[in-house]
Amino acid sequence: MLAPISISLASLHVTTMAPMLIAIAGALAILCIDLMKEGLHKSLYVMVSLLFLLLDLGAVIDFGNIFLKNGSVLGMFDMMLIDGLSILSQIIIVAGSMLFIPLAMTSKRFHEYNYPEYFALFLFMIAGFQFMVASDNLILIFVGLETASLALYTLIALHNRSKSFEAAVKYFTMGALAAGFFAFGSMIFYAITGSVEINQIALALAKDEYVNIGFVLIAVVFLLAAIGFKLSMVPFHTWTPDVYEGSSAALAGYMSIVPKVAGFVIAMRLFEFLVHSGVVWLQVVLYVAVVVTMTASNIWALVQNDVKRMLAYSSISHAGFVMAAILIGTTQANTALFLYWALFSFTNLGAFSMLWVSRQKNLIPGQSSDHPYEKFAGLVKTMPMAAVMIALFMLSLAGIPPFGLFWGKIYMIGSAVSGGYTVLALIMALNSAIAAYYYLKLIVFMFMKEPIAEYQKYYLMNASLSLKTIIGIAAIGTIFAVFAVNPLLKVITLFVYNSGY
Amino acid sequence: MQEHILSILIFFPALAAMLGFVVHKDSARAYGITVAAIEFFLSLWLWSLYDPMTSGMQFMEMAPLVSAFGISYLVGIDGISLFIIILSAFFTLIGIASLTEKRRVKDLIITLLFLEMTMIGVFSALDAIVFYVFWELSLIPMLYIIGAWGGPLRIYASIKFFLYTFTGSLIMLVGMLFMAYFYYQATGQWSFSLLEWYRLILPVNFQMWLFAAFFFGFAIKVPMFPFHTWLPYAHGQAPTIGSVILAAILLKMGTYAFVRFSLPLFPDASVAFMFPIAILAIVMIVYTAMVAYAQEDIKQVVAYSSVSHMGVIILGIFAMNVEGITGSVFLMIAHGVVSGALFLLVGVIYDRRHTKLMSEFGGLASVMPRYATIFGIMMMASVGLPLTINFVGEFLSLLGFYKQSHSYTLVAGTAIIVGAIYMLSAYKKAFFGTVTKEENKNLKDVNRTELLGLVPLVIVAIWLGVYPKPLLVPINNSVEAIVQLMHDKAQTAEAKQRIPDLAHSAGLNSTQEAH
Repeated sequence: MLAPISISLASLHVTTMAPMLIAIAGALAILCIDLMKEGLHKSLYVMVSLLFLLLDLGAVIDFGNIFLKNGSVLGMFDMMLIDGLSILSQIIIVAGSMLFIPLAMTSKRFHEYNYPEYFALFLFMIAGFQFMVASDNLILIFVGLETASLALYTLIALHNRSKSFEAAVKYFTMGALAAGFFAFGSMIFYAITGSVEINQIALALAKDEYVNIGFVLIAVVFLLAAIGFKLSMVPFHTWTPDVYEGSSAALAGYMSIVPKVAGFVIAMRLFEFLVHSGVVWLQVVLYVAVVVTMTASNIWALVQNDVKRMLAYSSISHAGFVMAAILIGTTQANTALFLYWALFSFTNLGAFSMLWVSRQKNLIPGQSSDHPYEKFAGLVKTMPMAAVMIALFMLSLAGIPPFGLFWGKIYMIGSAVSGGYTVLALIMALNSAIAAYYYLKLIVFMFMKEPIAEYQKYYLMNASLSLKTIIGIAAIGTIFAVFAVNPLLKVITLFVYNSGY
Repeated sequence: MQEHILSILIFFPALAAMLGFVVHKDSARAYGITVAAIEFFLSLWLWSLYDPMTSGMQFMEMAPLVSAFGISYLVGIDGISLFIIILSAFFTLIGIASLTEKRRVKDLIITLLFLEMTMIGVFSALDAIVFYVFWELSLIPMLYIIGAWGGPLRIYASIKFFLYTFTGSLIMLVGMLFMAYFYYQATGQWSFSLLEWYRLILPVNFQMWLFAAFFFGFAIKVPMFPFHTWLPYAHGQAPTIGSVILAAILLKMGTYAFVRFSLPLFPDASVAFMFPIAILAIVMIVYTAMVAYAQEDIKQVVAYSSVSHMGVIILGIFAMNVEGITGSVFLMIAHGVVSGALFLLVGVIYDRRHTKLMSEFGGLASVMPRYATIFGIMMMASVGLPLTINFVGEFLSLLGFYKQSHSYTLVAGTAIIVGAIYMLSAYKKAFFGTVTKEENKNLKDVNRTELLGLVPLVIVAIWLGVYPKPLLVPINNSVEAIVQLMHDKAQTAEAKQRIPDLAHSAGLNSTQEAH
């Protein structure tokens, strides 16, 4: 007979789930509104989502204050873990989502935004990502991962183009495989340590001095594949360009930022203790994966004819660059990861929004894809301001100072230097030089070629005031990043250091 | 206002460029001239405020940017950078004033003003990251100028220019991060301040690697011999204004950075690499002179001769004594004036004939006497005729290196003299003989606008050739400080011996006088 369990509600720390619950409540609220009255305008749903996300962000920041005072908080039978990493990544997730959701306010009508379910799914997805980063428990991470992914597949498919269906199905099948890998990896860890909590696993492995190293390696292979898929590391990246091409530019931009930061946090929690315990094999594999991801995707990006596909490969390359932080594993490197991603989200938000505002409904004859380079030819002559904006985001992506990403880049390379990875630092620097070529290619088309008349009417066709505001925010964030770097660095270092990473 | 004059100098053109977006396109040129003139007078004011007897940094300004990583906005100038800054302002003014471009002038003017900011920023930055920011940022306006207003191969040329320099400077960036890390290890604090770095004494082994990393960035910019291949394309395709700014100012960033970074930070490595680099410099002088002789395009002749003279500057820098470095800093100014003027002159004839092939010219001296005279003076200055500006710099540079090695200097000196051949032969082909082409018979001589740009350059070229002292004194004082710093920091016996000890010898002199 089972002994009665008595647990006081206070010891559960239910509040640790507050941020996610707010997002879920928002999703349910949207569904309820739809039940009451149909056919409401999308602007209502955008604003409702924004309000709930604002509450969500407030809750996360509140935890930030608690963390700085009392340290990490565990809750819900130690399933939830609110430490510095989870707070930082939740801030990026929620704030990033808040910047992306207004992109639904296009001046042209798009199929998916007429469904309130779109916004409900969006909020569910955010809750999923938040669960993912706010836990130490492989099962809860898995649940969060799947909640978020399933919502994301649907969001892609809602775009209602044949390519979108292709993208969603492709992403789903590959994602299912990755989910399987994740489950297998966790299972093996459970089998050899008897726990699904990462800190317990680390303790158990350290205690028996890695006698089961063979099994550990197999588990790591599975988990690396699963997380590599989420982060689109080479060779698990093959879905990325197709999915980006199939989704709307707004969603593609979102996918390049928010799901990945969740992935990085999982990778940090899972792999860094292994790297630090001197699992040489993992160091080698990570080293190779980082270098290959950066370099190969850069080379693929060189030959793309479509700007969105180019940005897809570029985001793979950036993910590889940042993955180096997991390999280096110092506090400085982990700080660099969050700094880089915060700056990257502003720049990429701008870049994808610029594509989104020139989205056309139908391709013109002879046009191979949505955003071929030719579409932007001579943009400086027809719309100088738009051309300067795109150029700004491209230069930032290329790491030209003093724009946003440059600061992330030097801090990351600096952490490689101080972590003793000299060759890696050089490879990272040289990759930036390769990458400059394909970003410049778009600038060359915009500034040095003659405009093509058929495309002209599509420029900024989608732009509404809210989209322009978002682009303005992205531009300001990119140009004046230099003044934000110091406060960001201080806060991030504080959070990362106090979480023990 | 005086204590912020450097910041004003740096950011005034950029601010003016932003406001320039509003100016109507027909008035853009007048706006550009006004801004550039104000900037030039500001730079002259800077000179008048500068104390030539002080060797250290003046007009320093400091503001923390990323204090957690040791990056701060730190600017200041000494005698080495002062005149290059004035030269930048001068050439921007002359370039805009003599602009003949008709297509999208407003965009071009705005770009030039942004470029001016980056140039002055590079020469006054004392924080490595601030230096790097301006250094990289200067690529973008130039990319646009070559790519949008250039010749038929302009896109290839501009991309090549960008990627070449960008790659080099990324390696340099890794070097800078290493320096900052060494500083962190030594002191427990991050710092990118050059003045702080000067106080670090690095192990010779590290110096070698860091010297190499910085060398890539600088050598590509200069451009030194094996890395020079981007330059002929850039010059060949760039519009006149692009070539003028590129030759007069942008290339000087590389040589300036050698003096500012490589020598004082890595004295032992600099001495160790002295002869390999001298060999490269001599190869650069001889080889590009030969290539220049083979050119049929007059702009390419000027371009290669400009590279050739950059070799002398490198040679002077790596003499590592006061004469050599002072001479090469002076030669940077001289080379700027002369090669800038030559590119302007080529632009004059190109505007009239729309060709740069020398075979298309011939006998121009009889049709365009004033043009031929100015071209002649500038060409003589370029080959280093005494009493012209280049002579002073070349003489001092070679004198400096003569103290290190007689044979190398002999080869280099001979090469420079022989180098006169290609210039004279190009001049002969274009200007003497009979007028063979029908189109050339009715060419108009230089007009007032063009004279406005060219005459000041002629005056400067002769004035500083006859009386270089106003420049040489401040340069000399600052160079002495650098050489002394290098001597004090040097660890190997060879470096101690190669780099003169000024304090000691001066002390010796004074004791002798006392006796």
